[in-house]
Amino acid sequence: MTVTKTQAPVNADDGTQAAGAEPVGPARSERLSALVQQHGALAVLVIVSLVATFSFDSFATGDNVSNMATSSAFLAIVALGMTFVIITGGIDLSVGSLFALGGVLAAWGSRHGTLVALLLPLVVCGAVGVVNGLLVARSRLAPFIVTLAAMLGARGLMLAITDEGANTYLIGKGSFLAELGQGTTLGLGNPVWITLALFVAGAVVLRRTRFGQHVYAVGGNEDAAALMGAPVARTKILVYTLSGVLAGLAGALNAAWLASGVTILGNGMELEAISAVVIGGTLLTGGLGYVSGSLVGVLLLKVIQNVINQIGSLDSSYQQVVSGAFLAVVVVAQTWLGRRRQLL
Amino acid sequence: MAEAALKTVPLDKARALQWLQTYGVYAGVALLLVVNIVITPHFLSAENFRTQAVQVAPVIIVALGMALVIGTEGVDLSVGAVMALAASVTALYLGYGLVPALLVVALFAAGVGLANGALVALVGVQPIVATLALMVGGRGLALVLLPQLEDLRNPQLASLGSGDVLGIPYLILIAAVLALLVAFTVRRTTFGRQLLAIGDSRPAAQLAGLPVRRVLIVVYVVSALLAAVAGVLATARLQASDPTSLGNLMELSAITAVVVGGTPLTGGRVNIAGTVAGAVLIQLLTATLIKHDLPPSWTQIAQAVVIVAAVYAARGRGRR
Amino acid sequence: MAPPAEVLAVRGLSKTFPGVRALDDVDLTLHAGEVHALIGENGAGKSTLIKLLTGVYRPDAGDIVFQGRPVSFATPLEAQKAGISTIYQEVNLIPLLSVARNLFLGREPRNRFGLLDFARMHREAEETLRGYGVRVDVRRPLRSLGVGAQQMVALARAVASEARIVIMDEPTSSLEPREVETLFSVIRRLRDEGIAVVYVSHRLDELYAVCDTVTVLRDGRRVHHGRLADLDRLSLVSTMLGRELGEVRSEGLTKFTGDHHATDSRPVLQATDLTVPHQLHGVSVSIRPGEVVGLGGLLGSGRTETAKAISGALPTSSGRVVVAGTPLRGGSTPAAIRAGVSLLPEDRKSEGIVPGLSVRENISLAVLPRLSRFGLVSEARVDSIVNTFIERLRIKASSPQQKVGELSGGNQQKVLLARWLAMNPKVLLLDEPTRGIDVGAKAEVQKLVDELAADGLGVLLISSDLEELIEGSDRVVVLKDGAVVGELTGDEVTEDKLMRTIAGDAPARDAVEGAATDG
Repeated sequence: MTVTKTQAPVNADDGTQAAGAEPVGPARSERLSALVQQHGALAVLVIVSLVATFSFDSFATGDNVSNMATSSAFLAIVALGMTFVIITGGIDLSVGSLFALGGVLAAWGSRHGTLVALLLPLVVCGAVGVVNGLLVARSRLAPFIVTLAAMLGARGLMLAITDEGANTYLIGKGSFLAELGQGTTLGLGNPVWITLALFVAGAVVLRRTRFGQHVYAVGGNEDAAALMGAPVARTKILVYTLSGVLAGLAGALNAAWLASGVTILGNGMELEAISAVVIGGTLLTGGLGYVSGSLVGVLLLKVIQNVINQIGSLDSSYQQVVSGAFLAVVVVAQTWLGRRRQLL
Repeated sequence: MAEAALKTVPLDKARALQWLQTYGVYAGVALLLVVNIVITPHFLSAENFRTQAVQVAPVIIVALGMALVIGTEGVDLSVGAVMALAASVTALYLGYGLVPALLVVALFAAGVGLANGALVALVGVQPIVATLALMVGGRGLALVLLPQLEDLRNPQLASLGSGDVLGIPYLILIAAVLALLVAFTVRRTTFGRQLLAIGDSRPAAQLAGLPVRRVLIVVYVVSALLAAVAGVLATARLQASDPTSLGNLMELSAITAVVVGGTPLTGGRVNIAGTVAGAVLIQLLTATLIKHDLPPSWTQIAQAVVIVAAVYAARGRGRR
Repeated sequence: MAPPAEVLAVRGLSKTFPGVRALDDVDLTLHAGEVHALIGENGAGKSTLIKLLTGVYRPDAGDIVFQGRPVSFATPLEAQKAGISTIYQEVNLIPLLSVARNLFLGREPRNRFGLLDFARMHREAEETLRGYGVRVDVRRPLRSLGVGAQQMVALARAVASEARIVIMDEPTSSLEPREVETLFSVIRRLRDEGIAVVYVSHRLDELYAVCDTVTVLRDGRRVHHGRLADLDRLSLVSTMLGRELGEVRSEGLTKFTGDHHATDSRPVLQATDLTVPHQLHGVSVSIRPGEVVGLGGLLGSGRTETAKAISGALPTSSGRVVVAGTPLRGGSTPAAIRAGVSLLPEDRKSEGIVPGLSVRENISLAVLPRLSRFGLVSEARVDSIVNTFIERLRIKASSPQQKVGELSGGNQQKVLLARWLAMNPKVLLLDEPTRGIDVGAKAEVQKLVDELAADGLGVLLISSDLEELIEGSDRVVVLKDGAVVGELTGDEVTEDKLMRTIAGDAPARDAVEGAATDG
C-alpha cells in the first residue's frame, strides 16, 4: 500500500547548509544507521551462529551445515524475487502457492522429459507473475490484494492438477532433474550452488544494470521515476514476473530434491520470504534494499529454526513466534532509523 | 495523466460503475439466489439456509472488524492467527469453566490487538507489516500453546456452537447482533465518525485535534476481539480446538467480504451492510460450486477472480 | 547581429476540461537564450499550458512548433527526450538514490559488458555538479542534501539531457536566499548557453531580477506579452488581476475594514520563546482579545512553524504558550484545541479538509465530542450547529451531505472556519486563509476575520499577500530565519516599513530591497 507513504521532501528549514556546503555531523550518524540497516542482520547471524556452535556439538558439523544450506536454498530463491518486488514498494503474497505449484508442475512434467519439467513451472509461474504485474502496474490495484488473490488462484490451480491434492507426482530416480535437486558438488548440494549463482546474478542485475536502477527508482519515488524516464509499468511487471519465475524455480528444485511434487508445501512461505527480506535490511516502503541482505535474512531464519530444533524440548512452532517477534523488532528498528534520518 | 483520463470517462459509465460499487454486491447475492433456486435441488429448504448461515457467521464477524480497520486505511492480516489463538486458549482454560476461558481469550486477543495498534499508531509501521508480524507470531503462539487438535467436551461450549433460540442458531444471532452493533458504532458514535475522518485524511484528523492514536489502537483491538469471538464460535461448532487450520486464509475471506461489499481499501468509508452481503456472496458462490460437485480448487480460483473483480471495480473511487 | 533562433512557437493552444475552458487560444514564442516569465493568478492556465507543452495533456486545438518542427508529445518523457525539461515546485527526484544515480538515471554510462560504470558516473557527476556550485559526495543519498542543492541536481539533470527549453515551476518556493542567488546565476548561464527558460513564479521581485520577457495569462487567455522591462510592477499586477490601474492604487485589494480594537489589555494568548530545532529560535508572540496580529516574513521564515508550534502540531524543544492565563501542554493539538486555540492550516487540501466526508461531518468533526453523550452523537444538535454555520458563512453546497472534496476552494475554507468557530475558540490561527480561493470568497473570508475580531476573538493572520497582511492586521510581527526581527504597530503598518523590516540591516536578497524601494 503505497498510499500511506509520504515522500516528504527534506524540510525547507533544515536546508541551512547551502548548495555546496557539506554537512559534517549528520553524515556520520547517517552512515552509521545505514550500516546498521545493511549489516545488522549479518552481525546477528554471526553471533547466533557462534553461540550455537559453542552450545550444541551437533550444530557446526558438516552434515548439519550442509542440510541447513540446502533447506535454505529454496527459501532463498523465493526471497531473491521478493527482494526485487519489495524494493519497488510492492509485495508478493503469491510466492508460497507458486512454490507449491512449481513443484507439482515439475514433477508432473518430468514424465515428459527434463526440459518440460523445468520449463513448465517457470512458464506457468511466470505467467501468474505477469498477471500480478499487469494488475498492479496497469490497473493500479493494491499489490497485496492482487497477490493475495493470486495466492488463492495458484493454489486452486495446483489442486486442480493434483486431483484436489490426492495425486502426488513422482520424479524418476537418476533423471537429470533428480540429479539437479539431489546431487552434490564439492560437498554442497546442487540447489545451494544454483542459489549462489542466482544471487550473484541478482546482485549484478540490481546494482549494475539500468533495470536495477529502475527498480530502486520506482520504489523510491514512483512519480519522479516516471518523469525521469524510468519505465515504471514495465519495471513493475518485470519484478512480479521475476518473483513468479523464481518461486516456480524454487518449487521445481525443491520437488527435484524431494523427488516428488508435494502438494502441502509452501504454506506461509510468503511470510518467511518477506521476513527474510525485511530482516536483511530492505525497506518495506521500497527504494532501498540489498540482495545480499536477503540471503543473510534467510540464513538467520534457518539457523534460528535449527537452533530451536537442536534444543529439542522446544516445539518447532516456536520458530514462528521467533520469526514474528524478529520481524516486529526489525520493522520497528527500521521505522526508527528511517525517522531519525528524516530528521537529520 | 490518469486524472485527465478519468475526467473524460463518459458520465453514464461512471454512474454505472458507481451503482455497481454500491449495489453490485446485493445484485450478486440476488442473482446467486435465483440461479440456485432454479438449478440447485433442495436449495429452498430451511435446513440449507441454516447451514449456509452458520457457516458464514464467523466470516461475517471477522469481516466486521476488518471493515473498521480498512476504514482507517489499514488492514489486519492477523485475524486468522487470532482465531487460532482463541481456539488454543479456549482449550487450555476450558477446565476452569466457559466464562473464565472466554475472559482469558479476550485478554489474549486484546493483547494482539494492542500490539498491532501500537505498532501502527505509535511506531508508525505500515499496517500490512505490523499485522503480518502478529500473523506469523500469533499462529506460532497458538501452536506452542496447543500443538495439535484437541476434542473439547464442554456442554456449555457445545450449546453455544449448536444451540438455538426459536430455531435460529446462536451463531447467527451473535453475528447479527454484532453487525448491528458495529453498524451503529460507525453511524452514530463519535468514535465511528473519527475513525472515518482518520481513514480519509490522517493529517487533517490530527490537526482537527482528534485522538488519532487512541482511535487506531481501539480499532485494532476491536478487530482482534471480533476475530477471537469468531474463533471461539468456530471452535464451539467443531467441538474441537484446531489451532493448525482454524482461521487459515480467514484474513483473505474477510478482506474479500469487505472489498466486495463496497468498502474501499483507501479508507474513509465503511459499508457494514455491504460487508455482510459480501460475506454472504462468497459463501453462496462457494456453496453453489460445491453443490454442483465442482472441486474446492475451482472454488478457490473463483474466489480469486471475485476479489480481483471487486477491487478492480472499486479502484475508481480510490483515486479521487 | 542576427536575432536568436526561435526555439518554440505555440499557436492557438486550447484545452477544455469538463465545465472549464482551461486554456483558450494561447500563443507563446520562445527564443534561444530567453528567460521568459509566465505569470497569472491561480487558475489562469499556467499549469495547463506547461502540461500541454510537456506532454502531460494533449491540446484540443493549436500547434506546438519546437525547433522548427510541429510536435505532439504523448508523455512528459517524450518531451524531455526532445529537449523540453521541467523543474517542478517540489524536487522530483528520488530521495533514497545517490546523487550521482539521480543525475544519471536512464542514461548511465556503461562499460563494455553493458554494466554500469560507477567510477565514471561518480567522476562525471562531481564535475557536472561543481558547475552548479554543488560540492558533495555524489555517492550519498539525495535526501542528505538541502533542498537548494537537490534542485540544482534536478537542474543539472535537465541541462545534461540536452534540454533546449527548461521550464521552472516556482523553483524558489523552498529555497534560502543564498540558494536563490545561485539559482539565478545558473539561469543566467543557461541563457548564455542559448537555452530558453520559462520561469513561473508569484514573486514579482524575482521575475524582474532574472526574466527578459513575459506572458501574462488570465482565465485561460493570454492578456499580455512583451518585454518585462516595459511593464512596471503595478501594471503587471493590474494586468494579472484584470483590474484598472486606478483601482489597485486607490481601493487596495482587500475587504478588510479594520473595525476592531483590542478590548482588553491582557493578552488572550501569550507564546514565549518558542524554539524548534532548525526552525524556530525563541519566537514570542502575544495576542489580545479583539486583535488581529499579522505574522510577516518571507517563505520559510518560520511563520507556519510558529502557528503550528502554538497549536501543538509541532513539538517545541522549549518555550511556553499561555492561553487566557492557563499554560498549555506542549505538543498536543487536542490540548490546544480544548484551551480554545484553533489552527486553520496552510495546506487546506491535505491538512484541513477531510475530502471524502460530507460538509456536515467536516463542520462537526472537532466539536463532535461536545455534541455527544457517552460517545453517542446527538444528530439534532449536529444539524443545528451545521445549519447555523452554513447560513452564517454562506457556504455554498448542494446539501450538508455533499462531499467537501467536491466544493470550491473558497467553500472548503469556509467549512474549515465553521469547524473551528463551532468550537467557540478564543484564538484563531489563520495560515494563508485566502490562498487559492476565488476573489469573492476571499473578500468574504476577510470580512469574516474582521467580524470575528470585533466579537472579541484573538486572531493570528499569516499571509504572503502583503496587502492582506497590512490591511488586515492591527499589528505585524515580522519573522526572519525563525526569529522575530521586528514588530510594527499602528501607523507603522505599511508596505514600505514591512519590506524594510523583512530585509533587515543587511538585506538578504537584492530583489527584496528593490521591492522595498519601489513600494
